[in-house]
Amino acid sequence: MRWACSWWLVAGSPLLDIRRRTGVLLLVATIGHVLLISAQVQSKSGVRVLQEVTFSVFSRVQGSAAGVLHGGRNLWGNYVGLRGMRGDNEVLRKQVAELEVRLQEQRALAARTVSLQALLNLQSTVSVPTVAADVIAGNPNPGMRTVTINRGSADGVQADMAVIGPSGIIGRVVAPVASRAAHVQLLVDRNAAAGALIERTRAGGMVVGSDKDPPLRMELVSNVMEVNPGDTVVTSGVDGIYPKGFAIGRVESSERGPELYRAITVRPFVDFSGLEEVLVVLVQARPATPDQTGAPGEAGPAPRTPAGARAPAGGAAPAGAPRPGGTRSPGERR
Amino acid sequence: MRTAGVIVALGIALLLQTMLAGMSIGGATIVNLVLVAVVYVALAYGAATGLLAGAVGGLLQDALAGGIVGVGSLPKTLVGFMVGVLGAQFIVSQPVPRFVLFVGATLVHELCFQAVYALVEFRAFHMQYSATLTQAVVNAAIGLIAFQAVEWGPGLVQRRDSRRAAFSSRRRF
Repeated sequence: MRWACSWWLVAGSPLLDIRRRTGVLLLVATIGHVLLISAQVQSKSGVRVLQEVTFSVFSRVQGSAAGVLHGGRNLWGNYVGLRGMRGDNEVLRKQVAELEVRLQEQRALAARTVSLQALLNLQSTVSVPTVAADVIAGNPNPGMRTVTINRGSADGVQADMAVIGPSGIIGRVVAPVASRAAHVQLLVDRNAAAGALIERTRAGGMVVGSDKDPPLRMELVSNVMEVNPGDTVVTSGVDGIYPKGFAIGRVESSERGPELYRAITVRPFVDFSGLEEVLVVLVQARPATPDQTGAPGEAGPAPRTPAGARAPAGGAAPAGAPRPGGTRSPGERR
Repeated sequence: MRTAGVIVALGIALLLQTMLAGMSIGGATIVNLVLVAVVYVALAYGAATGLLAGAVGGLLQDALAGGIVGVGSLPKTLVGFMVGVLGAQFIVSQPVPRFVLFVGATLVHELCFQAVYALVEFRAFHMQYSATLTQAVVNAAIGLIAFQAVEWGPGLVQRRDSRRAAFSSRRRF
């Protein structure tokens, strides 16, 4: 009874007299009708409009709430939760630096293993006695292209012995020779030379070093001989230093010269900038003889190519050619 | 008293409307007595009562019709509110303004009704203007008759009672 009286007082008060608030009443009635109609009408998808609208609106609310939660989680994870990350970052940076150093060491070790494997393969196939040596130093003088190896007279190394690598001829040992070290004059040195011939045509000549690019020139090849770019140049053995048939490089350009000889440039197979391990041929240098040079078309030991294939041997030094091999005097240079 | 009068008016209008359901012009109903009752209530008692009468009467009419409940009551609610507001703003005690209001209310009701149906049934808006105008005129006529009947009714009874009283006193003397 008391509740009914209180309800009557509240409902009869001017504040809750709905007739005095016609606009609100109209709004409520309109919304009520829309909801009522929506509850009975199906949309094109077969779902009731009220359900679809309710779900759509609620999904937006859910999406907004999820976005707020996601933002809060990101805020927590990216800022508040990362308070201790600075120290961890420093530790990880140090670890990364250490691992990078180790990685470089492992890469160097792997490269050295590959190089030694190639050298070992070469040593097993070469018929002449050899000894493996490490390149321990270069030459501080840019004009002299020499390196220092860790083999010397105690290992049987003497001056004018040939130094070869898996890719081809590298150079020769020059005096003085220490007991545990020796200097090697590279073939690309401007004072170095080696007897050579074109593998395809057996045209003989002499390969000398130069300061240009490519760093090798082939001289004393007659203009009448056919030499084309791409031809392989191998040692002829006429110099008495380098064994016959070892690869030197590939002809890059060949032009008819103004006098008797062609102007030929050769790209060496050996990468002289990255020498690490070499083989020293333990054969004493000897003077060149006509028998060693051979005649064109003469069958002989097949030359070694960079790929390990063997090509027909032979070749002859042109008549009147200077003795290749060793160090030329400046007056010998053409 | 007012609420009871409104409910009675709506009930009578619904009863008569169901009885006149067979009367139609081109498929459209020739008269809408519930709408007449709503307009009458709105003019007589104001916007709030008019929209409530429209809502209740429309809902009852929709429930009896068997269609989507609310499609007919929403236009009647709007019309009840609109007529109530206009009736409060202008002097509509004369037959001509009332006639205009009845015609306008019918047109607005039909307009809203067809629009809501077009929205609900996903079809193009379609309105039979001639039938709607006819219904508007008939509704207006019935509404005017109702107003005149209600306004003249008490006077007629009073005059009849006074006439009877005068006649009996004359016989006594």
